[in-house]
Amino acid sequence: MSTNTIALSELPASRPFTLRLHEWVTTVDHKRLGMLYILFALAFLIVGGIEATIMRVQLIRPHNDLVSPEVFNRMFTMHGTTMIFFVAMPLVFGFANYLVPLMIGARDMAFPRLNAFSFWITALGGLFLYFSFLGGNGLYGAGSAPDVGWFAYAPLTAKTFSVGHSTDYWTLSLLVSGIGSVGTAINIIATILCMRCPGMTLGKMPLLAWLNLTMAGLVILAVSPLTAAQLMLLIDRYLGGHFFDTQAGGSAVIWMHFFWIFGHPEVYVLVIPAFAFASEIIPVFSRKAIFGYPVMVLATVSIGFISMSVWAHHMFTVGMTSGANTFFVLSTMAIAVPTGIKIFNWLATMWGGKIRFATPMLFCIAFLFQFLVAGLTGVTLAVAPFDWQLGNSYYVVAHFHYVIVGGILFTSFAAFYYWFPKVTGKMYNEGLGKLHFWLFFIGFHLTFDFMHVPGLLGMPRRIYTYEPGRGWDIWNLIATVGVFFQAAGVLVFVGNLLWSYFRGTAAGNDPWDAWTLEWSTSSPPPEYNYAVIPVVRSRRPLWDLKHPEDPDWRYE
Amino acid sequence: MSPTTIFSPASTPAQSILGLSIFALLTVAAIFIIVFALLAYALVRFRNKNSDDRSEPAQIYGSSQVELAWTVIPVLIVIALSLATARVIASVQDAPRPPGALEVIVTGHQYWWEYRYPKLNIVTANELHVPLSDPAHPYPTFLTLLSADTDHSFWVPRLAGKTDLIPNHPNSMWIDPHETGLFLGQCAQYCGTQHAKMLLRVYVQPREDFDRWVREQQQLPQGSTEAAATSAGRRVFESTACVNCHTVSGTPARSNFGPDLTHLMSRDTIAAGAVPNTPEMLRLWIKNPRAIKPGSKMPAMGLSDQDLDALTAYLETLR
Amino acid sequence: MSTLSVSIHNRNLDWRLPSRGRVGMHCLIAAEAAIFTIFVVAYLFYIGKSATGPQPKDVLHPPIFYTVCLLASSLTMHAAVRKLVAGSMAAFAGLWLLTIVLGGAFLYGTAREWIHLIFDDGLTISTNLFGTTYYSLVGLHAFHVTMGLLALIIVALFYFAARLRREHAERLEILSMYWHFVDAVWIVVFTVVYVVGV
Repeated sequence: MSTNTIALSELPASRPFTLRLHEWVTTVDHKRLGMLYILFALAFLIVGGIEATIMRVQLIRPHNDLVSPEVFNRMFTMHGTTMIFFVAMPLVFGFANYLVPLMIGARDMAFPRLNAFSFWITALGGLFLYFSFLGGNGLYGAGSAPDVGWFAYAPLTAKTFSVGHSTDYWTLSLLVSGIGSVGTAINIIATILCMRCPGMTLGKMPLLAWLNLTMAGLVILAVSPLTAAQLMLLIDRYLGGHFFDTQAGGSAVIWMHFFWIFGHPEVYVLVIPAFAFASEIIPVFSRKAIFGYPVMVLATVSIGFISMSVWAHHMFTVGMTSGANTFFVLSTMAIAVPTGIKIFNWLATMWGGKIRFATPMLFCIAFLFQFLVAGLTGVTLAVAPFDWQLGNSYYVVAHFHYVIVGGILFTSFAAFYYWFPKVTGKMYNEGLGKLHFWLFFIGFHLTFDFMHVPGLLGMPRRIYTYEPGRGWDIWNLIATVGVFFQAAGVLVFVGNLLWSYFRGTAAGNDPWDAWTLEWSTSSPPPEYNYAVIPVVRSRRPLWDLKHPEDPDWRYE
Repeated sequence: MSPTTIFSPASTPAQSILGLSIFALLTVAAIFIIVFALLAYALVRFRNKNSDDRSEPAQIYGSSQVELAWTVIPVLIVIALSLATARVIASVQDAPRPPGALEVIVTGHQYWWEYRYPKLNIVTANELHVPLSDPAHPYPTFLTLLSADTDHSFWVPRLAGKTDLIPNHPNSMWIDPHETGLFLGQCAQYCGTQHAKMLLRVYVQPREDFDRWVREQQQLPQGSTEAAATSAGRRVFESTACVNCHTVSGTPARSNFGPDLTHLMSRDTIAAGAVPNTPEMLRLWIKNPRAIKPGSKMPAMGLSDQDLDALTAYLETLR
Repeated sequence: MSTLSVSIHNRNLDWRLPSRGRVGMHCLIAAEAAIFTIFVVAYLFYIGKSATGPQPKDVLHPPIFYTVCLLASSLTMHAAVRKLVAGSMAAFAGLWLLTIVLGGAFLYGTAREWIHLIFDDGLTISTNLFGTTYYSLVGLHAFHVTMGLLALIIVALFYFAARLRREHAERLEILSMYWHFVDAVWIVVFTVVYVVGV
């Protein structure tokens, strides 16, 4: 404990590597754990991207034979599982960890040791999942990495149909990392409710804090059903249970219900922090306060609540009654309203502003257009009969990648660039940042815009090859080409991060002329964040300081 | 035109779905154009023109009227869409089964389709024959959907939306094709290694042709008659493991782990549409299924070339 | 720009926020409640669907005595913490140990019931849907009781090592929230398994 009283950048560089490594491995500091989460996520982003590339190259033309069906099926399973659980979740938790205490004027999270435990058990889960490539052969010599799809429908996951241990790697790695997720969620909630600096009532905390609070609440309520379902699956596979054993009267549909009761709120767990980034970055680069803060909070909390009631829109083709189908149409349409409102609020924030097109803002602007499209294709899918045609097709794949890549990944890139100066003390290279943006933007649209078409023309998902003569060929080709632009963009991004970390110019405390508390401390912040705990009077304490003649607290 | 496009419906469910879908697509397209235009305008009009200008614009924190408007309008749109949707759900899902409708029981297997026509005493596989339904005198086909193993999904876009085949959870759907011809589709719920090649072929035939097909299916094929009983191929068939998985009416072979082969030669394709039904392909399929559909449950039979030829010749008699 | 000092005014704020431990425990309870809800839903869904094997009404006998033990343990725990707040260490210890005994009795009762079901009635987790859902739900609950009991025993060990002080009452109150939750879950499980499902 005694060595950790000065900022990272102030320590002499001559300390031995083993000592520095030990500090990182044993750290309980929210900033370091946040960085560990984010680096972990970036590493798995590369791995998941390779899996995607393999799939897209296999699908570049009909009857291609780059990989066997067995390998392809493992690729889509691992790609989905990796991207959701070991890229998007750790990104979300990493940024929450780093930013929340700083933005609420606290010195750390509520439970620092739980924080460290949560990270390491998540990391263990990820490594365990990938160990399946080596160790999945089990007693029967069958299977390696899991190949049951990321939602692992029963009874394909029963011992009869999934021989060997590949499915168990899926189940256990997610069970284990789920513990970490719930731990971090508890930490976020306790931190936000119990450690805000004086004057920061719930109505005065940054939107990022509100959105992460909502996200954490959803994790608590949504990850647990997945844990329960996975315990049931393990009981079926190893203790002879019959939860999902259709031969013994069990129900395959009940797995779907349990999984999607987790699965739908999960996507809101991922997207709500994306909204948080947009809600912090867009105002700063438009030079205006966020439009309609109270409604933004209300919309977010509503989204959180309603998201627990829409899950069976993933099951419209399963044979539920017309009444049940109609209910889920209504609830899904309902959630579109607060979500759409948020887009209008961001638009209104920009309206009348003085927009600066730095890299973080470019990514946020693209997010606005792309999330609009993603939300609208989601509305079309909420029309259950339309989903009877398009469910389980490439239209759905295009829709959810539009949300996750076009929405979540784009705002995550924005957040990287926006907070990079704060975390490292260095400015990133703006030219490379813009190059990354344009490469990735072009690649994203090539792949995912045109991917909607094969769905409309009848192409189902999760197929390792397809028949010629169905009109799918050209669209698959274009989608594959886009992958290489995206890969190039990500390489530029990683290069920029590395180069700027070592060679970037000093950023100073507040390179963006921003208004939330983290910009008042040094870059990087000292380990204790704030020498004196701040006292605030409005939602934008630094605006009040910079504009004493026109402070926010007069208008809030 | 793509044979599996959703934009060319040939049956009432697909038509109802398309009508609703066009309404939904036009609605969201209109929303997109309006919001896109506003966003684009904002980016141009409110960009910071002078980078030396450090003054801040007027800080607007909100506006109740504007926020109310953009809440009420989406709610109205959502209500309209929901009502239209509820109507189509009811009309497709809750359509009553008319007494004269054709009944087919579809059972999904890894990786082929079993079709039984209970009232006609027909069992076949992978190629579904149904009669044309004239809108003036409807003759719909009602499908009961079952599964023998994992989840599958029946999707022929030009005829209807997809419905899943889930073990221990019977489902039903209906089609009433207004056009004759061959309609394509494939399994749309990941069911295992060869999910990709569990293809669907639906033959819609004019009434007389359909009735003729039914009669042919109801008779025993040439290969089942006594005269053929001693053929070399049939002896190979009956003495090897073929009989453990396949049914040929009129012989001891009786099992539905694999497709019913009684009228194998009446089908255009084998291996659930994976390859055409030619003697070469049939021979290859028996010799080395992995070459055609790796991961299918058909084992390589390990027969000698002589036995293989005889067996193929025998199967060719199952018209 | 040097570090801004953001204390822009010196109003003496009466700034009180909830305790981290309480909020954390509430969240943990919410997460656990969600897990139990799924197991309860599965139990309810499968009622009456076992085609073969022992049926609930044939083999289940409501464990009234052991239920009373468990529910009583909540009362003794509540009383124990109040004694600790008041500083009566010996009374606290007696009530705390009684809580452990009552919780242990409940687990003993569960074990007895299971031995009877397995060896005399032939009901295991793989027998039928009833067996699967029954052992999973009751077992999950018993697991949570066991974890709670371990925590209670650790606290007792601290007491006997003379490390437990009056100031620890707040932490024990938070622990008691977990124990009360486990009891509340049992009320639900008991109702679903021995009343509704029979």
